[in-house]
Amino acid sequence: MGYMLEGSTGAWEIVCGLEVHAQVISESKLFSGASATYGGAPNAQVSFVDAGFPGMLPVINRECVAQAVRTGLGLKAQINLFSRFDRKNYFYADLPNGYQISQFAHPVVGTGDVEIELQDGTIKHIGITRLHLEQDAGKSMHDQHPSKSVIDLNRAGVALMEIVSEPDIRSPEEAGAYLRKIRQILRYLGTCDGNMEEGSMRADVNVSVRKPGEDFRTRCEIKNVNSVRFVMHAVEAEARRQIEVWESGEEVRQETRLYDPSRGETRSMRSKEDAHDYRYFPEPDLLPLVLEESWVEGLKAALPELPDEKRRRFCEEYGITFYDAGVLVAEQAIADFYESVAKGRDSRLAANWISGDFFAAMNRTGGSIENPPVSATDLGALIDLITDKTINGRIAKDVFEEMVETGKAPGAIVEEKGLRQVTDTGAIDAAVAAVLAANPDKVAEYKSGKDKLFGFFVGQVMKAMAGKGNPALVNEAVKAQLG
Amino acid sequence: MSLFDLTIAGAGAALAKREISAVELTAAYNGAVAALNPRLNAYITTTPELALAQAKAADARIAAGEAGPLTGIPLAIKDLFCTAGVRTTAASKILEPFVPPYESTVSGKLLEAGAVMLGKANLDEFAMGSSNITSGYGAVENPWKREGSDAKLVPGGSSGGSAAAVAARMAMGATGTDTGGSIRQPASFTGLAGIKPTYGRCSRFGIIAFASSLDQAGPMARNVEDCAILLQAMAGFDTKDSTSAERVVPDFRAAAGKGVKGMRIGIPAEYRMDGMSAEISALWEQGITWLREQGAEIVDISLPHTKYGLPVYYIVAPAEASSNLARYDGVRFGARVDGEDLIDMYERTRAAGFGPEVKRRIMIGTYVLSAGYYDAYYLRAQKIRALILRDFTQAFGKVDAILTPTAPSAAFGLGEKMDDPVTMYLNDVFTVPASLAGVPAMSVPAGLSAEGLPLGLQVIGKHFDEESVFAVSAAIERAAGFSALPALRAK
Repeated sequence: MGYMLEGSTGAWEIVCGLEVHAQVISESKLFSGASATYGGAPNAQVSFVDAGFPGMLPVINRECVAQAVRTGLGLKAQINLFSRFDRKNYFYADLPNGYQISQFAHPVVGTGDVEIELQDGTIKHIGITRLHLEQDAGKSMHDQHPSKSVIDLNRAGVALMEIVSEPDIRSPEEAGAYLRKIRQILRYLGTCDGNMEEGSMRADVNVSVRKPGEDFRTRCEIKNVNSVRFVMHAVEAEARRQIEVWESGEEVRQETRLYDPSRGETRSMRSKEDAHDYRYFPEPDLLPLVLEESWVEGLKAALPELPDEKRRRFCEEYGITFYDAGVLVAEQAIADFYESVAKGRDSRLAANWISGDFFAAMNRTGGSIENPPVSATDLGALIDLITDKTINGRIAKDVFEEMVETGKAPGAIVEEKGLRQVTDTGAIDAAVAAVLAANPDKVAEYKSGKDKLFGFFVGQVMKAMAGKGNPALVNEAVKAQLG
Repeated sequence: MSLFDLTIAGAGAALAKREISAVELTAAYNGAVAALNPRLNAYITTTPELALAQAKAADARIAAGEAGPLTGIPLAIKDLFCTAGVRTTAASKILEPFVPPYESTVSGKLLEAGAVMLGKANLDEFAMGSSNITSGYGAVENPWKREGSDAKLVPGGSSGGSAAAVAARMAMGATGTDTGGSIRQPASFTGLAGIKPTYGRCSRFGIIAFASSLDQAGPMARNVEDCAILLQAMAGFDTKDSTSAERVVPDFRAAAGKGVKGMRIGIPAEYRMDGMSAEISALWEQGITWLREQGAEIVDISLPHTKYGLPVYYIVAPAEASSNLARYDGVRFGARVDGEDLIDMYERTRAAGFGPEVKRRIMIGTYVLSAGYYDAYYLRAQKIRALILRDFTQAFGKVDAILTPTAPSAAFGLGEKMDDPVTMYLNDVFTVPASLAGVPAMSVPAGLSAEGLPLGLQVIGKHFDEESVFAVSAAIERAAGFSALPALRAK
């Protein structure tokens, strides 16, 4: 039995599908040459086409189409060689033409499949219904002037991909995992930066509930949810609301709702009766979008390795666990970092260092993988010093902290501070003998069966050697001398 | 011979030989505009100073030996073409304050060729009309008069200002746009030649859209050769218009001289409509005879879906228009009437800015695209449009060009046909099918009505075969020897 919500009439199942709006990474907008980058001064990145001036015509940006096709391929989806743009008509002050150019009947990408992993390690498949290209609207701001609204059209005309999932999602956790996975794939592909805070990715969440085994009941759509956490909360809150409605004997009405994160609840935005009649019809200013199979094949051949494949390869090639591999492929840059550290080295040790001390240092210092606390080269050199027994693992941690602090190379730190580990058995034997001589009572206790004291002797020896003793050799020497 | 008797071809030759100067020619036309425009209202905006400056530049170009056939030729530009720095209204009050910062591709090409712009020609508001009475800047008067009558006649529409300007010799030629007959019908009403080229032949960039899948720019001039010269400069692929065709532009002027010997000319049975006037019928017969006499083979053909042309057109065009005109909302440019809130501002702005015909078509278009009606109207219209195209494709398997009348009547009086918009729409019955099919079609003056008004014949060609259209039109022109002149004109 999957995730269920308990109501007064028994268990309810959540049915959820997501529409993810992802801003396409491209130099220029979907239908104009204006810059599509984020953060320009208001209305600085607007062409006459974007502003809907008389006589202006859209011209499709080839790179945006390529990005949509790459995304489709990354979602293991059908690429439609014939697709078409339609006009979605509605009036709003930040929609300059009075219509949005979108794809209604013939999207560029058809059905696909996304694999998600849940906390308990379960793998689940979520179906992709379609992906289509459309242009973004501008931004209305109502808080800049006491009586006027102001409009920034920088975003107007920027390419969006709308990725629609099947209603295959059954829990808030699955919704979160799906959204994270989509973001991961898009970031790997370089087709969307996935930055939900800046609004370059947002989700409309469709939720309904049902008793196990039933057909679908009426759904509600929660618009424009802008974080993974909010999506998860919204699914839960909306499902609970609907259960209450059904259980009170009412009917859930199909409507569009908004999620209010401060209250943790959804509220009605407009009912089905008030829904816009968008009067879709084929965009007469554009020819149908016809793709050449060879062009699509070319894009496919140039796709980067995607997270699922990379994870499997990491397990096989580097002998690390599926879990560790999952952590390391979370982002392309981390995976690359790992590979450059692990190549030709003890790859498991590299994985442990990165997911352990390295991530800890990154979090602590507020760094990022692009601006890491220590470079891949230096971390690799540190691991080399461990494997060639120049230093032991304990000293390595100190060296690592020193690297984070000073940015120096590990070799230099080891030399400077004389941290080279002692493998001279004569020196070790002498240190062991001294420790045993200084603790005759403990030696006696050990010999009468208190085995645990072995660790005490090793610790004392290491302390006497300022931590630089080779741990294996120290162990051996202690064992030998205790006889 | 006065400067006003010169054709574009003739003036081009005279300019090249330095017999006349561009400044002289433009000054004369500026004078004609100043004298006649207050009466005819053919121009919404006149640009005499700009025209003189352009004429000076043209003279310099001629002196430098860098002139083309249009260098120094004064033209009227329909006020649907955006012209950089010159107010462009689409004859709508909603665009009264609009000065585009950009130039339409077609008008830009003409200016590059050295043409001189006398002003922006009047038209039906947003090109919606067949009589130029829907203009927000007043109706245009046809310079032609019925024999023995001083009643004001319409010049046709929507390119009525362009037509009146060229006919009254307030311009040597003009740009028009044709969505369902807006070049051909006014050409017919004013004794001019005018061609709507193949959809995609001219760029639509910078032309204010009425119905995007039908709109096409084209020239209007006193004869076929002048139209060929103008279209030569206007046509061509434009990366800024995805629907413009990436095709070589042939030599239209040469095509006009080719003759029709051996060509097969189709006569569509369905264009012999019930109630067609005897006069129009006789003119058509005359045209057939002329072509036969010049060695063409006349072939009876069928275009079975012709009768659906008008209803399909009056669904498709308003549907696209309702969407194309949504941008006139008072937010970014043009006129605005403030309101209580956003919706109120939209309503007030659009109520004040659009005239009744534009509102009617926006409502029709909105209706036919609405949920529940889309399939019955828009979708069905698209299907029939495909059948109309198939009619032409099949016919052009058998013939090289098709000959029909341009309009069901000669120019009518201002104020006539006003009671019922549908009567007005019937004007387009012969011109709309070629628009729906996207094929080139030209109106050429072929004779006078009993009342002494010009009547045109229409020549329709295959996609991108304007050459045959020019050849057949020129043959009719030669045979017709049309030389009548309108009552009101610069002399």
